[in-house]
Amino acid sequence: MTTETTVADEVGEPAGEPTVAIVAGDPPRRTASGWFGHIAGNYGLLIVWLLVIIAFGAAKPESFLTHANLASILGSQAVIAVLTLGVIIPMSTGDFDLSVASNLTLSAMVVAVLNVNEGWPLWGAIAAAVGVGTMIGVVNGLVATWLGIDPFIVTLGTGTVANGLTLWISGSNTIAGVSDGLVNAVVGSRWLGVPVEFYYALGLCIVVWWVFEYTRTGRLFLVVGQSRTVARLSGIRVARTRIIALGAAGFIAAWAGVLYTGNSGAADPSSGTQLLLPSFAGAFLGATVIKAGRFNAWGSLIAVYFLVTGISGLQLLGVPNYVQDLFYGGALIIAVGLSRLSRGRAAREEEER
Amino acid sequence: MDSDAMPAALDAAGIVKTFGTHRALDRVSLTVRAGEVHGLLGENGSGKSTIIKILSGFHRPDAGELRLAGVAVPLPLTPERSTALGLRFVHQDLGLIPALTVAENFALPQLSAAAARQMTSERSMSRRATDVLGRYDVHLDPRATIRSLSGVERAMLAIVRAIDGLDEAANATQQDAALARILVLDEPTVFLPRRDVERLFELVRGLAQRGCGVLLVSHDLDEIAEVTDRITVLRDGTLAGTAATGSLSRAEMVELIVGRQLTRTAPQSRSTADADGAALALRVEGLTGGQVRGVSFDVAAGEIVGLTGLAGAGFDEIPYLLYGAKRATSGSVALRRAPLVLHRLRPHRALRAGMVLLPADRRRTAGLLALDLNDNVTVPRLAAFRAWFGLRRRAMRRDSRSLLQRFDVRPPDPSRLFSTLSGGNQQKALLAKWLEVKPDVVLVDEPTQGVDVGARAQIFDLFREFTAQGRAVVCASTDHEQLALLTDRTLVLSRGRIVAELSGEALTKQRIAEACFESEPVTYDAPDYSPDREGAES
Repeated sequence: MTTETTVADEVGEPAGEPTVAIVAGDPPRRTASGWFGHIAGNYGLLIVWLLVIIAFGAAKPESFLTHANLASILGSQAVIAVLTLGVIIPMSTGDFDLSVASNLTLSAMVVAVLNVNEGWPLWGAIAAAVGVGTMIGVVNGLVATWLGIDPFIVTLGTGTVANGLTLWISGSNTIAGVSDGLVNAVVGSRWLGVPVEFYYALGLCIVVWWVFEYTRTGRLFLVVGQSRTVARLSGIRVARTRIIALGAAGFIAAWAGVLYTGNSGAADPSSGTQLLLPSFAGAFLGATVIKAGRFNAWGSLIAVYFLVTGISGLQLLGVPNYVQDLFYGGALIIAVGLSRLSRGRAAREEEER
Repeated sequence: MDSDAMPAALDAAGIVKTFGTHRALDRVSLTVRAGEVHGLLGENGSGKSTIIKILSGFHRPDAGELRLAGVAVPLPLTPERSTALGLRFVHQDLGLIPALTVAENFALPQLSAAAARQMTSERSMSRRATDVLGRYDVHLDPRATIRSLSGVERAMLAIVRAIDGLDEAANATQQDAALARILVLDEPTVFLPRRDVERLFELVRGLAQRGCGVLLVSHDLDEIAEVTDRITVLRDGTLAGTAATGSLSRAEMVELIVGRQLTRTAPQSRSTADADGAALALRVEGLTGGQVRGVSFDVAAGEIVGLTGLAGAGFDEIPYLLYGAKRATSGSVALRRAPLVLHRLRPHRALRAGMVLLPADRRRTAGLLALDLNDNVTVPRLAAFRAWFGLRRRAMRRDSRSLLQRFDVRPPDPSRLFSTLSGGNQQKALLAKWLEVKPDVVLVDEPTQGVDVGARAQIFDLFREFTAQGRAVVCASTDHEQLALLTDRTLVLSRGRIVAELSGEALTKQRIAEACFESEPVTYDAPDYSPDREGAES
């Protein structure tokens, strides 16, 4: 009878079900291929990564497999890794945050402007930058939930606003000369030959993993991302959960911006915005590994480093720079395609009904 | 009837359809004459929708013959074949797109047809819609959006749109002798205000006068008596009878629909909670929202109260309104823990006040399909597993396993995906999820839909065990047998109001069904088509 579905429809949120859950839904079926399928489904990317390292190592042993190259790979990608770890939080609740890269750029610039032009102490500048970034995230959440607008649109808007603010406060100039303290704290020291910023990313990864797996908030993110209706009927405050997730993304994006400035001691008003696609590629590719079918912290970290391994290897082979765009763009599409395929035919047909 | 000489527009005979082991239709015959309005009646599950879906080419019958305008047509039909043969269907949801205009909706069927190759302009679409609608004496602004129309205007638009293609097809393929003109209306009036239904019936009668055979599915006996020439009644998948409408009294119709059972339902071993002496678990006052109009009732501790009625009566909205899952416009609920004002109620507050809701649609509104059972059953109790380092995941898993065992979910494996369980096991897992939060009141909507017989009995037992602890259950259902077996008391709603209360000896499957059909419809006092609600239907 149609009456039941009518009631159920109305029970659903006006904003509808999360868009992201459609991309990363079921974990791969364990039944058909058994143990092998489980390993391939959850650790396939790790294996491919290993093969890629071996292949490049064989092709360019003198440059690829050097300590210096590995250290540079690990260090140089810390900003993207942090940004990716921020992006997966709202994704786990089913929301896209397209403003993270612009948020990062703005925060990086706030640190530089306040520290260099206004003469603020470093800690003050960083606190202000993190405050601005978190606020952008919270505003994203408030607008998306109060007005029922898809965060995809909201964050596209707030991201562009952040870009404008960045250009405004910087006068469209690169601002250099940030206190040495920041540069030292980010890239100045090394441990096991790897710049310390890599360990920041690693630490954040552990925190995000812990939140996802071992806290009530993390479980609520998961439930909200799976079905907002079920979440709501289970007594979860869906709007608040989504605001927290988007706020956390803003907070982490701001810290990524602080790291970004720390890499060179300078902030420029545009280059950071190009980190959006790599972080999304990492997030989606990361959802195919470790805990396949879910956005997860370790998977994201692995995916980010898998992607950069491929790019730096190809660059060492003499492939020109445009390979980076090909690689990131292609990886995004392939990752989403893989997660769709892993859901199995039955699940997809069910969805289309 | 004198039209016996002419071949019937639609003549289906000996239709059999089996789903698994369940015989949905057993040698059912149905004849619709050209120029008549024919009513199709029966309780839920009697086979009405199955026969309609066979005609529309959705189901494949196991046996049976079909003749259209006297010409034998091989079964099964496909949807395309059904359309080509001149069968048209208007379902309850009407198939209109709320954001588009009358003219655009009117042109929708042609978009998929060959005519799409022609360019269509706004103006030509409007002109056509106005022309055709006017031919049937329906006057609508072609530029108005569906949202702005009343319910009855929408229904009329959908009907004319369906029949419009039929006229054209008839003109184009005059040589095709098998082309019948059959319009099937599947409960088009359920959500319509009573006083507007008359306009719809004028349209339907007009169509019949033009030689169309109309098959009208409805639960409303008044409407049936008013508009149909003959009726066919189905009961439990068999033909209960076919008769001229005028030859039957209302009571005779009810008897045909419900059937006379000589044996009463088996004596029930229900907890004999004494409603007078027992404490109150729930007091609902003046609940209004959706189709529901000022409903008040009490539920005693230890009591299971049923809510039922015909489709559109609003009984199935009550659990959602009480839980805050659907916003009520007014009313209040008193629970043991706290009084609640309904128009501001949200699910998390209802939960805190001691209510839980088990919705009817397990797959979309109750279960997290892609997550495992452990994740599903622990959602409302996560805070209980907190420790200094975070959630005690091993304890959660252990707890879930014993919980699943206690509720006899098979297999009781916390890492099984929810989606891989059978309907009965899914429902038991959801009961485990909700009963474990120790609520005072459980609200359920169709608790045993798509559940096998064994699990059904277990679910009944779980409810009884639960109420034996001095708690209460409110159960909305159209399954009268279930209500007779499970509930202590059943309230029957009609048009948003309680019209009967059955308990004790009177609480039988048959009496419930009679009460549903006999209930005197309450006259409407307010216009009932608020645009947003109607929009959600279409």
